[in-house]
Amino acid sequence: MADPGVAVGSFSAPARGRWLVVVARQRELSLVAIMVVLGGLVTLTAPQFLSVANISQVAVLASVIAVAAMGEALVVITRNVDLSVEATMGLVAYAVASLLERHALDTPGALAFGLGLGLVLGMINGVVVTLFKVPAIVATLGTLSIFRGVDYLVAGSHQVPLASLPPGFTDAARDSFFGVPIFVAIALIIMVIGSVILRSTRFGRQLYAVGSNPEAAAILGIPSRLVVFTAFSLCGLLAGVAGILYVMEFGTINGTSATGLVLAVVAAVVVGGVNIFGGSGTLVGALLGALFLGFIANALILIGLSQFWLQAIYGVVILLAVSADAILVRRIQRATAARRVR
Amino acid sequence: MSATVASASPGRSWMALLGRWETLLVVAIAGLMVLGASLSPFFLTPGNFANLIAALMEVAIMALPMTLIIVAGEIDLSVESMAGLASSLLGFLWASGVPLGVAIPIVLLVGALGGLLNGLLVARGGLPSLVVTLGTLALFRGLALIVLGPRGVSNFPPAFTQLGFGHVPGTLIPWPFVIFLGLALILGIVLHRTWIGRQIYAIGKNTGAARFSGVRVVRVRAGLFVLSGLIAALAGIILTSRLSSARADAGAGMTLTVVTVVLLGGVNIFGGSGTIPGVVLAVIAVAVMQNALRLASVTVEVQSIALGLLLILSVVIPNFAHQAKSAIDRVRGGRPPPAGPVRRGEDVPA
Repeated sequence: MADPGVAVGSFSAPARGRWLVVVARQRELSLVAIMVVLGGLVTLTAPQFLSVANISQVAVLASVIAVAAMGEALVVITRNVDLSVEATMGLVAYAVASLLERHALDTPGALAFGLGLGLVLGMINGVVVTLFKVPAIVATLGTLSIFRGVDYLVAGSHQVPLASLPPGFTDAARDSFFGVPIFVAIALIIMVIGSVILRSTRFGRQLYAVGSNPEAAAILGIPSRLVVFTAFSLCGLLAGVAGILYVMEFGTINGTSATGLVLAVVAAVVVGGVNIFGGSGTLVGALLGALFLGFIANALILIGLSQFWLQAIYGVVILLAVSADAILVRRIQRATAARRVR
Repeated sequence: MSATVASASPGRSWMALLGRWETLLVVAIAGLMVLGASLSPFFLTPGNFANLIAALMEVAIMALPMTLIIVAGEIDLSVESMAGLASSLLGFLWASGVPLGVAIPIVLLVGALGGLLNGLLVARGGLPSLVVTLGTLALFRGLALIVLGPRGVSNFPPAFTQLGFGHVPGTLIPWPFVIFLGLALILGIVLHRTWIGRQIYAIGKNTGAARFSGVRVVRVRAGLFVLSGLIAALAGIILTSRLSSARADAGAGMTLTVVTVVLLGGVNIFGGSGTIPGVVLAVIAVAVMQNALRLASVTVEVQSIALGLLLILSVVIPNFAHQAKSAIDRVRGGRPPPAGPVRRGEDVPA
């Protein structure tokens, strides 16, 4: 589970800084450790936390965010950001639900349409960023607004009720496959495939290269624009998958579905240790980040705190995660600088 | 594109003026007004203008400190939540019997403190403002929900609701517009005519060089976030007054419009350039556009398509203009254009 990040992984550390490097390399493991400790504390006050039913419920809910967060991680690794994921999710969710409601397509057809729509929306982001050279934050803030507007335009005040979906369509949200909930299995499969691509393929290494040093990547002859375009396209595709999972999870879909989820998605990426300045981070991290946020939401309910605390705690978690990363990186830099002087 | 032309060839200053982003905005506003007038005979009436400007004032007021922050190379996504926290806190204090004369200063102080939190984490902690203010975007909204919960407070005295709803006596000018113009004047002078403004541009253009020239980067940056928090709280108070209701979800979604207005005003997202007059013109342009769309019975939700397109076009058009200009220069055999991204809305040297 070593971090393939260029920022922290490419030097041999002195004895003084070695534990820091270990922590940094195992950034995902430390997140797991925090979850175990917090989980223990929550279990003391609410024993039902550790029940299989509760844990699988948390994991299923977190899977929706995790799939979108893994797409976001691909974009963030290239030193970009996609703020439009929630609008892509919402638009895909409504399109799929609406097609099924009107029997315009059968279930596989509607799912394929949803995936294709997500991919196209991601490609639009990619074109605006790479071809029109609009900074990613501006481009995706714009497309967030545009995609959501199209969603409103298509949906109007209509709401697709759960009853209009084909019988059994939402079963996937509750069914298991050899004891693993299907949603979790989907997230894990995407994580494994994505991680292999990131670690062991030319495209994967190019993503990190473009994100950690665009100038050097250009000198090396890496087609940066194509790489960034592909990252945005894949992010859109995964947001489409997340949108479909969203329909299966909630069943009732309207023009405002998935509003505000971009915060959870970006939070999962940041908490999962993906560097917002690009060049380092893993899909395992993004997945664990989403699980961590879902876990906190669940713990709040179990210890009887009002849901109103959730937003505030998400905010604190984001601030803590980004502070911890910065402190870690700075310590490592200091440790390696000391070594160079010697 | 403006400054390069202006500095390269002072003899062609009329062309520089023509090429300025602000001029383009004025043309766009005029075009939208003609369009609006052709859509409805009521478009050009003073009453309609008062309405179209009043509905955008909270966004416009928050856009002013945002301009300074983006010029300094940072961003503050938390302003909408701070406006919500201000509304929520004001409602809570009023409902628990605190007179408004005491409650409003408390709310403004909380705004400044929230801004200080952003400022310390970004300026002193060296953390990316995008992530920090995304965190406080959630944090402030969460605090707003904790303070007031899902209820609304609406029994404010008429004197208070006059602030957001009323007009300057004898005219149709809404009070928030007066506040906006006052703030625009003050911040415009600070940004374009004082050493503080020069330092803000210096930080945005080249932080390292600014630091070595003796600019107190940490202090200026932190100060900008405090200002942003304070003014976002003020916008929250005005919003509460205009709607005669304090709610925890007040201002939700406004950050997008605030950032759109600032970038449309010609401010470079990477910092270092942009003007307050440009942003004031962008506020008017967006207000006119929204009003024209409303008269064409386009719903508020669908208007967001136009807003998003506008945001992207505000970067794409200058990019293409720059490319076209360098192509023309190449054909004429003139000097090659300077490399690097286009700088829009460059401030004019005093």
